[in-house]
Amino acid sequence: MRATVLVRPKAGILDPQGQAVETSLRHLGFAVDDARVGRLVDLDVDASDAADARAQLERMCEQLLANPLIESYEIELREDG
Amino acid sequence: MTDRSAPAPLIAVVVFPGSNDDRDAQLALEGLGAHAVRVWHTDAALPGRTAAVVLPGGFSYGDYLRCGALARFSPLMQAVTRFAGDGGLVLGICNGFQILTEAGLLPGVLRPNESLSFVCRDVPLVVERADTPFTSRCEDGQGLTIPVKHGEGCWFAEADLVGELEESRQVVVRYASGANPNGAVADVAGVVNADGNVFGLMPHPEHAVDALLGSTDGALILGSLVDAARLSAVAFV
Repeated sequence: MRATVLVRPKAGILDPQGQAVETSLRHLGFAVDDARVGRLVDLDVDASDAADARAQLERMCEQLLANPLIESYEIELREDG
Repeated sequence: MTDRSAPAPLIAVVVFPGSNDDRDAQLALEGLGAHAVRVWHTDAALPGRTAAVVLPGGFSYGDYLRCGALARFSPLMQAVTRFAGDGGLVLGICNGFQILTEAGLLPGVLRPNESLSFVCRDVPLVVERADTPFTSRCEDGQGLTIPVKHGEGCWFAEADLVGELEESRQVVVRYASGANPNGAVADVAGVVNADGNVFGLMPHPEHAVDALLGSTDGALILGSLVDAARLSAVAFV
């Protein structure tokens, strides 16, 4: 099953990378605000069904893909993948 | 008073793919009287009679995912974790500090510097407590000058955790007031675990052990570790 994990800096956590991107976008003339930079992980999961895949992905996030002290995560599953 | 005529304690310096301060750490520890050996990360066990472990600076696993996040899966890190759990002395410097936080052996996390710039310079530090195995050659409140060189050294923890750590005096070294190079919360430069046997810091004591390099203050930290390792080595006999 194809999955995408989105990892983001938690709300309220200073994101200097996002700020730098925002500043650069403004230099290009774009009116943007509150840019935040995270990470995206695409992967295939060997799972019996969507619930199993989601449970595994949550464990992956807690144990490795995200640092729960500073990052939140969101899981997207594509069963047709 | 430590008996410095006792045999040299064995200190294992762990080498990960991407470590680059392991030889400096080894040289500095040898100069301070330790028998320092570099140990490859795929080894299943620490050398017999290991009295202390040093996780050196560098860029283990290319800093992939997050700094220090992947090193804890090395076979030797499992052994280091057991060693620490049994009360063994573990010092993490820079990337070693990042590894210890990611492995859950030390509180907090190291984030990208607030400036987003890599900083490489001498920084003034204050020793918050000298009653640890890593600072026994220092005095409470003593100022040290030791270089930092990192892009991700901004120590962070939520306010309630910082409060707990302050309460339990786990902040061992702080950047001097106004000299915080990376935006670390509460000016934290180094923290110790609750049991007091695992310590991590961003500054590099191994780069400050010779007057030619501008400071010998790093020898106070590493020398303290050698003293403590010598004491714990006696326990093996």
